Amino acid sequence: MSAGHYWLVIGGVLFVILNTAAGLIWLERRMLALWQDRYGPNRAGPFGLFIVLADTIKLFFKEDWIPPFADKVVFVFAPAVVVASVLLSFTIIPFAPNVVVADFNVGVLFFLAMSSMGVYSIVLGGWASNNKYALLGAMRGASQMISYEVFMGLSLMGVVIMSGSFNLSEIVAAQKNGWFILPQCVGFFIFLIAGIAETHRLPFDIPEAESELVAGFHSEYSGMKFGMFFIGEYMGITLISSMVVTLYFGGWLGPAFLPPVIWFVLKTFVFIMLFILLRASMPRPRYDQLMEYGWKILFPLSLVNLLITAAIKLLI
Amino acid sequence: MGVFFYITAAIAVFSTAMVVTRFNIMHALLYLIVSLLSVAVIFYLYGAPYMASLEIIVYAGAIMVLIIFFVMMLNLGPESTRLEKQWLKPGMWMVPALFCVILLGELVYLIAQNHTPVTGIKEVPPKAVGRSLFGPYILAVELSAMLLMAGIVGAYHLGRQQPKTLHRFLQSKPS
Repeated sequence: MSAGHYWLVIGGVLFVILNTAAGLIWLERRMLALWQDRYGPNRAGPFGLFIVLADTIKLFFKEDWIPPFADKVVFVFAPAVVVASVLLSFTIIPFAPNVVVADFNVGVLFFLAMSSMGVYSIVLGGWASNNKYALLGAMRGASQMISYEVFMGLSLMGVVIMSGSFNLSEIVAAQKNGWFILPQCVGFFIFLIAGIAETHRLPFDIPEAESELVAGFHSEYSGMKFGMFFIGEYMGITLISSMVVTLYFGGWLGPAFLPPVIWFVLKTFVFIMLFILLRASMPRPRYDQLMEYGWKILFPLSLVNLLITAAIKLLI
Repeated sequence: MGVFFYITAAIAVFSTAMVVTRFNIMHALLYLIVSLLSVAVIFYLYGAPYMASLEIIVYAGAIMVLIIFFVMMLNLGPESTRLEKQWLKPGMWMVPALFCVILLGELVYLIAQNHTPVTGIKEVPPKAVGRSLFGPYILAVELSAMLLMAGIVGAYHLGRQQPKTLHRFLQSKPS
């Protein structure tokens, strides 16, 4: 790969990811509205598209307030962690043949490492706010994300066994003769559920459960610092969607009448829509239900999936 | 590569020093995370990407989160920072510093004795790690599995449902 191509890929990925995160503001509100039989954003610009611009400008001009009782350095540092870790995860995703920032041979592990770094933004944000609601939200977030990370990793291992590699480009190449969704459908469901829990989206938005904890770990955040949490969440949705597509739905593979990048984007947006649909339709479970569901159902299920996959791979 | 190593090593040494000298435990833990991350970068530089990822996933991502979780449960405020300041008088540093100086002296001596630079770094892919773990080192893997099993049994014992005991007024069923 020449240096020019390399920088072009980096710039392109950054541009597309950040703009997708911003565009998701509009997409989420529009889709939520349509599913609730309303029209949604309709004032600024065509189809209310400029709501993205209006929202961003509003966030920038809000008072950027740091509460006097907060731990200032950690308070400022926490929102940056989530954005940085999610953006770093995007380096390993192959968007098309030869369009990947870093072709790591430990790509899947790097993704897991970065998603475990993302926990810190919730934990530190909640702790530094020095507020009981924020602290409760942070503690829920920490336990939820640690437990769901365990079988997120385990569910991925089925794909790793089938393709024999941690490298995401090789995983995509291994799906030439059939996507992994068919042999690994149990792994796919576990990964999807764990992914929703990792991005703490509804129905698993227990760290910020607004009906009981004000706004959870970001109760004290305002202005662009709150905006960073928000962008981090939207980029997290995009990340999990594109990981699902890469691991189980053949990444950029598809019939030749469309270029590979388009296939990748189309498949990713299907899963982004699924995330939004889940938000529109699911009730929030109780905290202990969430933990029980994870450790008593999903964790044994992912172990069994791993065992059966390994046995079949050995026998065939 | 040499430059990257020295930058990372400097960050590791500095952050580890900060871990020891911070009075606020949360700040100390944050520096410890930075130190673990820089060790992971050093692993990566010297051809062990698998070890680097595991270092981040296991140490920086899981164990440190658990420690921070418990520190949050304890709700240590500025009061504990003040106490820590009281306990950690300069005199406390004397003996540890002495030991560290002895170790440093030994290290410098040993490096001066044979100063051949590290050569022949070869990358260890994940497959090789797996092969050696389940080949020559299978006994260690099995032993650690047994240790973990003991931990799980212990946790189950501590966390099992206690038989419900009711106050004697509540024991009789309402008729």
